[in-house]
Amino acid sequence: MTSNLVELRDLKVSFDGVQVLHGIDLDVKRGEAIGLVGESGCGKSVTWLAALGLLPGKARISGSVQIDGRELVGQPRSAFEAVRGGRIAMIFQDPSSSLNPVLRIGRQITEALALHRNLKGEAARTEALRLMDMVGIPDARRRFDLFPHEFSGGQCQRLMIAMALAGDPDLLVADEPTTALDATIQAQILDLLIALRRETGMATVFISHDLGAVSQVCERVLVMYAGRVVEQGEIGALFDAPRHPYTRGLFDAIPRLDGERRRLIPIHGTVPDPRRLPEGCAFAPRCSSAIDACRHLRPDLTDMADGRRLACLRPVGEARPAAAPAVLEGAL
Amino acid sequence: MIRFILTRLLRAFITILAVITFAFVVLRMSGDPAQVMLGPDAPNDTVLAFRAAWGLDQPLWVQYVAYIKSIFSGDFGVSMRDKASAIQLVIERIPATLQLTIPALLLKLAIGIPAGIYAALHRQSIIDRGVIFGAVLGFTIPSFVMGLLLVLLFSVILGVLPSGGQDTWQHGILPTLTMSIGGIGILARFSRSAMIEVMGQPFIRTASAKGLRWKDVVWSHALPNAAVPIVTIVGFMVGSLIAGAVVVESIFSWPGIGRLLVVSVTNRDLAVVQCILLMVAATMVVSNLVVDLLYGWLDPRLRSQSAH
Amino acid sequence: MAHLLEARDLVRTYQVRRGLLGKPTPVRAVDGVSLTVRPGETLGIVGESGSGKSTLGRMLLGIDAPQGGDVVFEGQAMPEFGTPQWRALRARMQLVYQDPLAALDRRLTIAQQIGEPLDIHKVIPKEHRAARVAELMAAVGLRPDQGGRYPHELSGGQRQRAVIARALASRPKLLVCDEPVSALDVSIQAQVVNMLRDLQDMNNIAMVFISHDLKVVRNIADRVAVMYLGRIVEEASSDVIFKTPLHPYTKALVSSVPVPGKMLEGRVILQGEPPNPANRPSGCAFHPRCSLANDLCRSRVPALLVAGEGRTAACHMVEAPADAVAA
Repeated sequence: MTSNLVELRDLKVSFDGVQVLHGIDLDVKRGEAIGLVGESGCGKSVTWLAALGLLPGKARISGSVQIDGRELVGQPRSAFEAVRGGRIAMIFQDPSSSLNPVLRIGRQITEALALHRNLKGEAARTEALRLMDMVGIPDARRRFDLFPHEFSGGQCQRLMIAMALAGDPDLLVADEPTTALDATIQAQILDLLIALRRETGMATVFISHDLGAVSQVCERVLVMYAGRVVEQGEIGALFDAPRHPYTRGLFDAIPRLDGERRRLIPIHGTVPDPRRLPEGCAFAPRCSSAIDACRHLRPDLTDMADGRRLACLRPVGEARPAAAPAVLEGAL
Repeated sequence: MIRFILTRLLRAFITILAVITFAFVVLRMSGDPAQVMLGPDAPNDTVLAFRAAWGLDQPLWVQYVAYIKSIFSGDFGVSMRDKASAIQLVIERIPATLQLTIPALLLKLAIGIPAGIYAALHRQSIIDRGVIFGAVLGFTIPSFVMGLLLVLLFSVILGVLPSGGQDTWQHGILPTLTMSIGGIGILARFSRSAMIEVMGQPFIRTASAKGLRWKDVVWSHALPNAAVPIVTIVGFMVGSLIAGAVVVESIFSWPGIGRLLVVSVTNRDLAVVQCILLMVAATMVVSNLVVDLLYGWLDPRLRSQSAH
Repeated sequence: MAHLLEARDLVRTYQVRRGLLGKPTPVRAVDGVSLTVRPGETLGIVGESGSGKSTLGRMLLGIDAPQGGDVVFEGQAMPEFGTPQWRALRARMQLVYQDPLAALDRRLTIAQQIGEPLDIHKVIPKEHRAARVAELMAAVGLRPDQGGRYPHELSGGQRQRAVIARALASRPKLLVCDEPVSALDVSIQAQVVNMLRDLQDMNNIAMVFISHDLKVVRNIADRVAVMYLGRIVEEASSDVIFKTPLHPYTKALVSSVPVPGKMLEGRVILQGEPPNPANRPSGCAFHPRCSLANDLCRSRVPALLVAGEGRTAACHMVEAPADAVAA
């Protein structure tokens, strides 16, 4: 059990008294690739911003965040600063605005090298150029002193990745890293993330609303809804037989490029406002297989026989007698 | 770059020309210098002689052309009152004005910017609320009221500072304070909102996520970005170094440009007023030009627009 | 069948200056595009950033004037932007673009904004206005109580519904949608796409659907045109073009689409950056990223030629089909 790099336990976050994260448990082992999936506003990013202490001051955080067994929650700012960049690096959705517009690219990378690897001057420059090469910035030497606006969106994301690599982190958290990019560039960035993980052995957490993209890079996936994990398991098992209706919905909603052209299958409704979460299962109002019980009882995340974890009273594909739902509904 | 500076210089030139033209026309339409200078009881032929001597009997456009010509040859006219060179009179007064406005500007910068930035970094704290309250108070109270309040407090009640004149350095304290309080408020508010805006930007989160210490995030990532809007306001303040003291100099009987302007307008001393306005316009325009160049230096995005 | 919209050889250039000293150089954003849209049909336009697809969309509506070529809508030449004739025509053709928050006025309620075109184009008498707004809101799946809300009080998907309702208010015959669902979650994308298709079927609206997302385009468009650096490089029905892409660029786009449940490893990924219109390669603009490129590709621009039944492609490496040559 000590092999876990990061352990989140019962992580809760609230803003101004509104709880947005309702107790997340998550382990990241060395070198593994985990996906965090769900619609916007389900708490995927908040989970990791909270773990790294990057949320604004008004956020209230409870529970436990342990890096290599060392607790962070409740620690002073310096404890978080010691983890950021060096142990856990993070890249974000909008690469162009995530780089400082008035500082030269080279300086933004060497800054991280000075901080984490104590490299200065020519040594830092050489290493920064190597990293820029590694993430696929053509002609790095000439572009070292350019500003972020002189790079395309895809290149800005590569530079963000180079900056993240500068700290030689054990874990890279990529928060919707390709959402703002063109399809071909998306594929390139995903490819780069896979290659880097293979070369450096760093673990990856990939946050996305697109199960399609997640399934390309991750082995294990956590599906989040309304601040909770509703299903988690190996990507293959999840894809072959999603058990939570929400997971199923996320897969079904992806338009296909092959097979018959057919009507898309959306998930009806929207993510609930955290101030007005429905009683019972938060997904029940949008769920086509919800029964009365779902509207009153909130299912806990439970270990299943096949190794996955699931929080649902009416899982997809459950063998059950045909009459059971009617009986249950009548009883309640 | 040369092209940029040339277009800016051309624009500056047009601005100055517009200001002096406007001043020229308005001054001549708002009263007769002869009447004012010589008094209402002056005999008619004295008035006519005065007008002829100063060219006031010529059609307006002839006077205007003559005026523009003389400006380009470096002649800014002669004061009707003192018969001395107008530019000379104005230049003599500049040091007195700068004695007030430069310390006032330094005070504004030294207090306003740090207060605003501190408040932005400690939002909703007591200090933040205090800064907002003080800033609003500072720039909503007109300077003549502020000046009188300060005189009342320090000269009348406490009796520690003189209320007017230019004899010792203590005489400068109250006018300087009066002049700086409004600017401190404006700068504090501006710096605060500029900083709050920058601190909410994604690249600040990136800098924190990199592992930089909070202090370094603020100093090397936030401040250079917040500088752009702050420089605009500071540029405006530098531009008004010469013109900004009219009210305060009058309250504290400080013999600077502002007082000279008030006296010269009252007397319709055309050459002097025009000379002052020209100088004010020139400083404004120059400081604007400097601000524009600073923008390019501070924000590389403005340097190479539409490069892609 | 008569065309609703026909564009012939559209060209749009703009001036770009490199640095403050640089000499302005003309850049061709759209470089000779011809296309047609039939009533009720959906034409998908696919391409990366810099392909000129958004500029093309604005030209089709007459918002940007073409420097070359012309646009014919319902048999008449597109009037000049801003003229009364153009304004009158705008009721019949509407634009929906990516960011609904920017398209909506934050100070007006949703219902007010949906009703706005009714007043501008004087489509219906005042007393029927409220009923029509309610009808439009129902059509796009907004609840009646949401009409009193302001844009920031709605979710992204709901805002885009409001924008679409407003676009439909004047009963247009053509809707140009520029990345209408790209900012939305996958689950909400599907809602909006389905809604657009239903509205289109019910009202016989033609659509030009511009997007970089092939999966969405495939499911909404009847025909698809792929753009690269201001030109159409391939066009075919959406059933065909993604199943058997001919142009190497279309092939690369298709293979870059993530397939759920499948690892990325082992797939061919198109390398290089999206092209920069200010720096157009010689010959076929795609040749620096193309694995098939030869000397011909580097020197000569391939023409858009018939490449099979109902399909065209602009590539030296695509053989014209035997029957097409014979015909």
